[in-house]
Amino acid sequence: MADIFEQTLYPYRRSPDQDAAAPVRHPVIVVGAGPVGLAAALDLALKDVPVLLLDDNDRVSTGSRAICFAKRTLEIMDRLGCGQPLVDKGVTWNKGKVFFDERKVYEFDLLAEAGHRRPAFINLQQYYFEAVLLERLRELQAEGRPVQIRGRNKVTGVTRDYSRVQLTVETPDGPYTLDADWLIACDGAKSPIRSFMGLDFHGRVFEDNFLIADVKMEADFPTERWFWFDPPFNRGQSALLHKQPDGVWRIDLQLGWDIDREVEMREENVIPRLKAMLGEEAKFSLEWISIYTFQCRRMERFAHGRVLFAGDSAHQVSPFGARGANSGIQDADNLAWKLKLVLDGTAPESLMESYNRERVQAADENILNSTRSTDFITPKSDISHVFRDAVLDLAEAHPFARPLVNSGRLSVPATHAGSDLNGEDALPGGPERTRPGAPAVDAPVGDGWLLESLGTDIVLLGINTSLPDMSGGDTLPVTVLTIETGDDRLGALRERYLGRNEQAVYLIRPDQHIAARWPTYDRKAISAALTAATGGMS
Amino acid sequence: MTDLITAPNLTDADGFYEALIAAHQGLTPEQSTALNARLILLLANHVGDRDILLDALRKARETGR
Repeated sequence: MADIFEQTLYPYRRSPDQDAAAPVRHPVIVVGAGPVGLAAALDLALKDVPVLLLDDNDRVSTGSRAICFAKRTLEIMDRLGCGQPLVDKGVTWNKGKVFFDERKVYEFDLLAEAGHRRPAFINLQQYYFEAVLLERLRELQAEGRPVQIRGRNKVTGVTRDYSRVQLTVETPDGPYTLDADWLIACDGAKSPIRSFMGLDFHGRVFEDNFLIADVKMEADFPTERWFWFDPPFNRGQSALLHKQPDGVWRIDLQLGWDIDREVEMREENVIPRLKAMLGEEAKFSLEWISIYTFQCRRMERFAHGRVLFAGDSAHQVSPFGARGANSGIQDADNLAWKLKLVLDGTAPESLMESYNRERVQAADENILNSTRSTDFITPKSDISHVFRDAVLDLAEAHPFARPLVNSGRLSVPATHAGSDLNGEDALPGGPERTRPGAPAVDAPVGDGWLLESLGTDIVLLGINTSLPDMSGGDTLPVTVLTIETGDDRLGALRERYLGRNEQAVYLIRPDQHIAARWPTYDRKAISAALTAATGGMS
Repeated sequence: MTDLITAPNLTDADGFYEALIAAHQGLTPEQSTALNARLILLLANHVGDRDILLDALRKARETGR
């Protein structure tokens, strides 16, 4: 059987829209069937928002692209109904080691506590990730959810006015025109839509080249992230090793700036580099070779009227930290529920401005972390190099220096602490990690998990306290859920949500970010927080 | 908040100075630079306080030729 990325998974089929007398109007069009576009389409379809997904290709992406999918991404995928197949196929890891020269100087555990359904990370080739999401999309179609995907539909132009976006789309049968109430541009780092609209994309270019090699081999390295500073096999540079499914190992070798990319990509030059790293006797076959450089940059705004940019089209980071695809998935997570409320008329259109604010804040956090990592990995001056090596030398013997070692600050979701969607934090001494703006932290509840019990609506969560029915009165759908800390033998629920309190009431957004919290039920306070969380109407 | 101490505070100023120079004895300029970097990091961790450290960075940058 052909590899998954060689299969035509959503072949071009002529759509009735191509024969319509006037452009057919869709509530939401998503452009780009990568991880972010697929996530956005699944989320909207699950909320019964009709969504049309366009891509200029008809298959999943090829090559070695995103590989590390973070806990938060898996939690979002659980909500979309496809977390388990990802975890089943992926390689689970929580730990990493850092080497300097020939010495191990530091090791870390990204999920040192129990009581979480999902691990810190799985490694999975991006084509498998996309294939799982595509399969989920087919399931939703079979259930009758309003989602379509059109292959070999390439967007070649975008025009817009106040309440409508118009797209010209090129197909094997020629061009046609579509109208959308909302357009979500998930068309990647080189976003054609961004170009059509003449929008900026500013940031910092890092002058460095990295060789990616995916090799297939039998090896007994543990399933951990291994990072080398200045190793004997790549002097003066860095290296990174990750295990992927199917016996494939991803190797990133830093090459420096002044290289001939074409020469470095040749197999006769790549093989000796890999043998120096893996040992002369190592038996491996090359699956993929490429060379990348990167930039840290973002658009000034992610929302332009009714065009929303998500994922790489809106922001780019260095790969150290796995903050690219993971942050893009969080963009989709943030956007879908807001768009649903706006399209339903239960929230004002201005709610989408909070998508812009919250995700720009997250992008800045990711760019900051990624830039700092890159400056540590590739010092930009002699003295910066001296301090970097001093940190690594000290880290082996002295614990204080270990937090300074920066081989990538691995993706964690942003806490939207200053968001105007947040209500009050009225729980005395409430735990920091579950304050308003933070993504809800998982914890065991009975035989299941807290996050899986939250569902897709806004949730009013009572912990060790009963709550009255919220249906009726408010126009917004609010699910009421009550749980007991006695159902969690680990005590994690108490530690993560109550602190020293005996009970608490949490208001949680559909993207599982916490909106507000109180010690007791207060109808008026909850209404005010609900209004704030949904953009000030209702 | 404690401020960066700029009044004399060393228990044995001359002794410390002698030990500081002695620590660099026989090192190449590169090795000395590396030692200084490790020393700064060790002392910075001991101080800990962000504001004091930033104040020290500022004062070090403002003085000297």
